Amino acid sequence: MALQIKGVTKKFGEFTAVNNLNFTIPEKEMFGFLGGNGAGKTTTFRMILGLLDPTEGEIVWNGNKIDYASSSLIGYLPEERGLYPKLKVRDQIVYLARLRGMNKGKALKELEYWLDRFKVPEYIDKRVEELSKGNQQKIQLIASMIHKPELLILDEPFSGLDPVNVEMLKDAVIDLRDSGTTIVFSSHRMEHVEEMCEHLCIMHKGSPVVEGKLKEIKRSFGKKNVSIRADFDLSFLDSYPGVTKVKTTMEGKILQVTGEDVAASIIRDLVPKGFVRKFELEEPSLTDIFIEKVGAAYE
Amino acid sequence: MNKFWIVLSHTYISKLKTKSFIITTVIMMALVLILSNMTNILKAFGSDEQEQVAVIDQTGDHLFDSYKAEVEAVNDEITIIASQDEGNVEKKVTDEEIRGYLLLEKDVNYGLKGTYKANQISDSLISNDLFLALSHLKSKRTASELNLTDQQIVQLNTPPAYETIALAENAKSEEDLNQARGLVYVLLFVIYFGVLMYATMIAMEVATEKTSRVMEILISSVSPITQMFAKILGVALLSLTQMILFFGVGYVSIKRNLTDMNEGFFAIFGFGNTNISTIIYAIIFAMLGYLLYATLAACLGSVVSKIEDVQQMISPMTMLVVIAFLIAMFGLGNPSASYITITSFIPFFSPMIMFLRVGMLNVPFWEIAISIGLLIATIILLGIVGARIYRGGVLMYGSSKSLKSIKSALQLSKKK
Ligand SMILES: Nc1ncnc2c1ncn2[C@@H]1O[C@H](COP(=O)(O)OP(=O)(O)OP(=O)(O)O)[C@@H](O)[C@H]1O
Ligand SMILES: [Mg+2]
Repeated sequence: MALQIKGVTKKFGEFTAVNNLNFTIPEKEMFGFLGGNGAGKTTTFRMILGLLDPTEGEIVWNGNKIDYASSSLIGYLPEERGLYPKLKVRDQIVYLARLRGMNKGKALKELEYWLDRFKVPEYIDKRVEELSKGNQQKIQLIASMIHKPELLILDEPFSGLDPVNVEMLKDAVIDLRDSGTTIVFSSHRMEHVEEMCEHLCIMHKGSPVVEGKLKEIKRSFGKKNVSIRADFDLSFLDSYPGVTKVKTTMEGKILQVTGEDVAASIIRDLVPKGFVRKFELEEPSLTDIFIEKVGAAYE
Repeated sequence: MNKFWIVLSHTYISKLKTKSFIITTVIMMALVLILSNMTNILKAFGSDEQEQVAVIDQTGDHLFDSYKAEVEAVNDEITIIASQDEGNVEKKVTDEEIRGYLLLEKDVNYGLKGTYKANQISDSLISNDLFLALSHLKSKRTASELNLTDQQIVQLNTPPAYETIALAENAKSEEDLNQARGLVYVLLFVIYFGVLMYATMIAMEVATEKTSRVMEILISSVSPITQMFAKILGVALLSLTQMILFFGVGYVSIKRNLTDMNEGFFAIFGFGNTNISTIIYAIIFAMLGYLLYATLAACLGSVVSKIEDVQQMISPMTMLVVIAFLIAMFGLGNPSASYITITSFIPFFSPMIMFLRVGMLNVPFWEIAISIGLLIATIILLGIVGARIYRGGVLMYGSSKSLKSIKSALQLSKKK
């Protein structure tokens, strides 16, 4: 079983925020949601959680609609961060955890564990308004996953954090996935999705433009990158058949080619011309795919 | 249901611990203490020192001691001193060493004659008490001269029975009405302030949760209806705590001064023998009124996006409460007026106005039942609509123009 999104459309009046979304998010996996601003990610999450009702279609988790009866199985980190500013971290987390069906003692123990893990045990008696924004975010992430939910929804969990904290929080989320939680998260950072997700979906203006397994998306994208460094002039490659994009750097060129056969023919042509210091065939990055797909949709 | 209690106890406890709550409670308790001890305080301020009055006993019957006892029984703040020399005491009076002096003589016609001399006769309080004491003394002397038994003395002193009865059917007797008016007046104030204060507290609470954006987490784990009513009841519990504290303090200190109270100026408020049913109706109507306005306040609080907008947003609600209160105040003088009868059935007014009628008149029970029924129906209706506004409202972060945002909140929570 899994999280199934079946033909979901959401309209705000005349405006269509999400248009005919159809896919399945497998269990115990991390699923990435990409898309520009206003693409409809947050709206989709709110529909998954039942905060908004879809105009059409339905969303089911393990065969059932998500409602308040299942709230102890669900975790949510909203995009707009916020906690009670005047409450101490302890009271805050214990309250939120109890609303997710945990008992007080268990919640406190878990809270201590997570604060230790995030290297901020001294925050337990601080009021939230005294913490920096990034540290508040740690507290909020704890609030969303302290009850070990089966389904965790994170709306841009890593935005606004320094690199050390990003790694720390990423590790925590990956641990949770390994212990069996299904995680859906949105991000504007391609590398996070590329690094952590097996499946993903790229949305644009409410419609999914790319959806599926990361590896397959890359393979079916077809195009690859070739990066070359050589001791001679490479300008003949700018108009080489099968080369779709050229980027000239200080040391050489990075080409986007339509397939491996083009790369093979390039290397054959290069070798007779002189010494080739570097020739590397790379998978396309998610950024390439995103720019191409979303960019194409813009046109 | 379980979550209901978690939200309720969280609302209650976290509010209970806030500084502002503790401070207002303490201040109000002090106010109650001061009010209920008013008579004592006035006394304390009125006369720090004992008033001294000299008595020159020229009766030859050695009446000084018994007269002194009578005066002290009437007013223990007057100290009587014995004197023989009129010239000497007169000088003391002009020097303001003592308040005045009383010349006690025998009189053929009256038996006893007192002449009180003081700088200013406008000081009638002391003079009255001296006269009263003298009358008592005279009655006793006369009684013993006539060889009356104690029982005969009591009979002589018992005033006749006297009563006023209103002939109109649903009117209370004049005495009842005056007493009821005082009590109803005070309770109307309590309802008015209570409803306004606690409903505003609800609106602020909801708006705070919304503007601090913790709301989205909350509504993803607890249904809006549960949340809304748990909060409303949490604050109701808080108000009960406060009321119990106020009335407890008031009751204890009134009890201590009960003797003063019955005679003193508190008698006008009818506190001496309070009408239990009036108080019970006050509690019922205060609770229902609170529920109605608190539900309204929760909806209004859920559509604002800035905490500063709360006051503006709830101002229509505040207006309703104020209008109801004003109508009730006008009705206090003439509770059977037709505008009072009509408004006592209109849900947003009925908590105060039906209470006014119940407290002042003998209203048939079916009228009370209809009014309460209408009120409860409105509360339920408002609760259902309110929960939808709440659900949509908390996801909305636009400008907050009352009607428009309520409409879009409803739209946002719509199914299709
Ligand atoms: N309550 C609402 N009423 C009307 N339109 C809305 C509402 N909520 C969202 N929208 C619109 O729906 C679209 C999708 O918004 P959404 O918040 O889902 O985007 P997003 O992908 O999360 O964007 P971002 O990356 O900026 O967070 C936007 O154009 C937004 O204006
Ligand atoms: Mg978003």
